[in-house]
Amino acid sequence: MVRYLWVLAVAVIATGCACAPATTPALFVVVPAADGHIGRIVVTANGGEPRLIDTKYGAERVRADGRIETATLSESEVKATFGSTLEALPGRPMSYTLYFLEGKDELTPESRVELDKVFAELKHRPLPDVAVIGHTDTVGGLEYNDKLSRARAERMRDMLVELGIPPERIQAAGRGKRELLVPTEDNISEPRNRRVEINVR
Amino acid sequence: MRKILILLAALGFAGSALAADIGLVKVAKGSVQIQRGTTKIPATVGTGLQQADVVVTGADGSAGITFTDNSLVSVGPNSVFAIDKYRFDTTTHAGEFEGNLKQGRLAAVSGKMVKQSPDSMKIRTPSAIMGVRGTEFVVQVDEPKKN
Repeated sequence: MVRYLWVLAVAVIATGCACAPATTPALFVVVPAADGHIGRIVVTANGGEPRLIDTKYGAERVRADGRIETATLSESEVKATFGSTLEALPGRPMSYTLYFLEGKDELTPESRVELDKVFAELKHRPLPDVAVIGHTDTVGGLEYNDKLSRARAERMRDMLVELGIPPERIQAAGRGKRELLVPTEDNISEPRNRRVEINVR
Repeated sequence: MRKILILLAALGFAGSALAADIGLVKVAKGSVQIQRGTTKIPATVGTGLQQADVVVTGADGSAGITFTDNSLVSVGPNSVFAIDKYRFDTTTHAGEFEGNLKQGRLAAVSGKMVKQSPDSMKIRTPSAIMGVRGTEFVVQVDEPKKN
């Protein structure tokens, strides 16, 4: 019997570390955003204690033998492992605000220049989703402004369609004077409220 | 009743652009497939995704997905990524996103639901679970080593 136990003990040692169960290796890394922002993740491995990772290229690694290590990787290590994966990330959602001439669905000269930037960004996206929301200032009645805000959004949509964005990928809506960028009393002419928001995904 | 079910199934299958879409494939390189139940759909730019879909890439494959809450996920080569749970309320921004990386690599950028409630997005792997407080991160799962 004793001899049998000895054989068993040797067998356990021979198969490797008996202290932690074999597990599927995994690696979690926080990467900086385009604007330099460093995020936070919480990793809980094998039902252990949760660990917070909140540093640039900070990483949590689960080894095949079940050991858990906290480390900091280099940018080149991350690129080597995740290069093609990071490259496949779709373009970040973007938001633009363009301004209109008073009472018209015509952009201000400054916003017409800004529009070129929106066009340039959209050209980089293979399949953009665009939401255009038109707004007005508080000059005039509710109905008049609803109509004007819709006209602004639709005018913007037409311009985007001209650029080559498929019409079915663009949603246009008007919010009238309901969502002021700069809160004002009624019947106040405010250039910053005469606008469209363009959300691109 | 059975006819209705078949009809619903047929509609669901045909309507990749129906309201059930939780995301859209924006980038597809090499071999990328979506496993939906027992069917496999080749994924191309514009393919809609639904809850419970599994994204499977080949050795030359990678895919980028935009979700309705503006979160982004890309899946690298030789990967299997299952979207176990996804819901997002565009009005309240409340939601739940549970992804499961069974194999391979992914990169992700969290979106509006994490901004609203930091516990709403999780990525599982066979040996660990990650809560996403925001915003950008990468995950790798290796094949388990045989002893």
